[in-house]
Amino acid sequence: MNQRNTHHQGFLGLAERVGRRIIGGFESAGGIAIMFWRAFYNIFLPPFEIKRSFQQMVRVGVESVPVVLLTAIFTGMVLTLQTTYQIAKFGAESYIGGVVGLSMTRELVPVLTGLMVAGRVGASIAAELGTMSVTEQIDALKTLATNPIRYLVTPRLVACLIMLPVLTAVADTVGIAGSYLVAVFHLGIPGSAYMKTLSMIVESFDVLTGLAKTVIFGGIIASVSCFYGFNTRGGAEGVGRSTTTSVVSSCITILLADVLLTALFTK
Amino acid sequence: MPEREKDKSRAKGKTTVEERAKPLIVAESLYKSFGDNHVLRGMDLTINEGEVLVIIGRSGCGKSVFLKHVIRILRPERGRMLFDGVDINQLNVRELTELRKNFGMLFQGSALFDSLSVRENVGFYFYESTKIPIGEIDEIVKEKLAMVGLSGVEDIFPAELSGGMKKRVGLARAIATEPRVIMYDEPTTGLDPIMADVINEMIIDLQEKLNITSIVVTHDMVSAYKIATRIAMLYEGKIIEVGTPQEIKNSQNPYVQQFVTGSYKGPIDVLEG
Repeated sequence: MNQRNTHHQGFLGLAERVGRRIIGGFESAGGIAIMFWRAFYNIFLPPFEIKRSFQQMVRVGVESVPVVLLTAIFTGMVLTLQTTYQIAKFGAESYIGGVVGLSMTRELVPVLTGLMVAGRVGASIAAELGTMSVTEQIDALKTLATNPIRYLVTPRLVACLIMLPVLTAVADTVGIAGSYLVAVFHLGIPGSAYMKTLSMIVESFDVLTGLAKTVIFGGIIASVSCFYGFNTRGGAEGVGRSTTTSVVSSCITILLADVLLTALFTK
Repeated sequence: MPEREKDKSRAKGKTTVEERAKPLIVAESLYKSFGDNHVLRGMDLTINEGEVLVIIGRSGCGKSVFLKHVIRILRPERGRMLFDGVDINQLNVRELTELRKNFGMLFQGSALFDSLSVRENVGFYFYESTKIPIGEIDEIVKEKLAMVGLSGVEDIFPAELSGGMKKRVGLARAIATEPRVIMYDEPTTGLDPIMADVINEMIIDLQEKLNITSIVVTHDMVSAYKIATRIAMLYEGKIIEVGTPQEIKNSQNPYVQQFVTGSYKGPIDVLEG
């Protein structure tokens, strides 16, 4: 009887924990959506946060250029090596430009850029706003008659929405350049064949859907990291926790959104 | 002015305050919980215009939480919070922004914006919400810093300031908009006794010179006796006694007695807090 009771409680305890996690997940999702919406409509209400948005664009965009470009160029190179090795079995290595170009522009570069920015910028946003939250700076903004969403979140959202596609466009170019270098100078594929299949297979629709995805990824990174930053409690440990949660949630949400968007764009 | 005369004039000031006591901020039966932690449990308190009301109580008893209710950074689950007769929890966003212009707040850790210089911190409201020319804002900043005994620190960043200087810059920022009410959250905590007294004098000065209403949250009894027009003690989510410093000192309430004498023996459970 006693044992049964313990089992019973153990099961209830587990169910309660799982239930709490699920409810917590929905609460966060709701909170993130509300934060996105509030920050988004503030974009269109004067006075516009132009100066602060530019400052954030530099932090989100310009400062992310090295890491995003390195990721893109190495991915382009590795993908070319791996793919050529596979398609050479069918004697189709001259198609490498098109094959790599397509997978890079449609899928790999947008997602990898999203993930890299989520790690670099998302973490920094969550840590910065988290510190502001635990040191009562966000409350101080309210006492100075300033809307913290407008002052802190809107410029970061604008920066992410604009700079993610820009970074991706640059990364597309650099990634394909890396692929070209490996294909032509290492694998001995003629440059003209590379460029011909690239322009034959990759259409502007492919590039544009890739860029369009990253606008959504930008929105996800800004809203998720600002939400966890704003809701940070409990000092330095809390800041660490919300930074980690923010990066993990941003990455998972980006990957999930990518599946949905790819399904939508390939219909 | 010799200390005794100063005290006398202060006492005189208090009588006039009491004579024309006009309720400015009224908390009616406030309830607030965080999860299972019931912080405010039917708190009632009236703060009169022009007085320095000191709220005392143990750490974590909800003093700071109450301050955040006064300007709706937090909202109660039940009860009303009135400012000048208006229930602030019924206001829309624009009205709330207007209401908040009546308040200045000195936070416990000063809450200065790290990424902004002292000048930008003190002049924050004017830079962000007004079209006042930069030169005039600079003048206001200089004047407010002088009021808290600082000069030549405008271009320094908060990380380079000592604790006492941060508090003073925080105070300069709180008074910059010339608010009707200033709220102080533990203004003397973490300061050496001399600097704590400097802050006490500033609070008294602001009340005397500008007739600003002050709400001070503290557990520093030396400071409370020195600056208060009235003292209110918060215990278990309710105000258990309100009175002049003398009345509180002589209170018959064993909880108040234990707190003001700082004794571990008494009805308050030491482990509870």
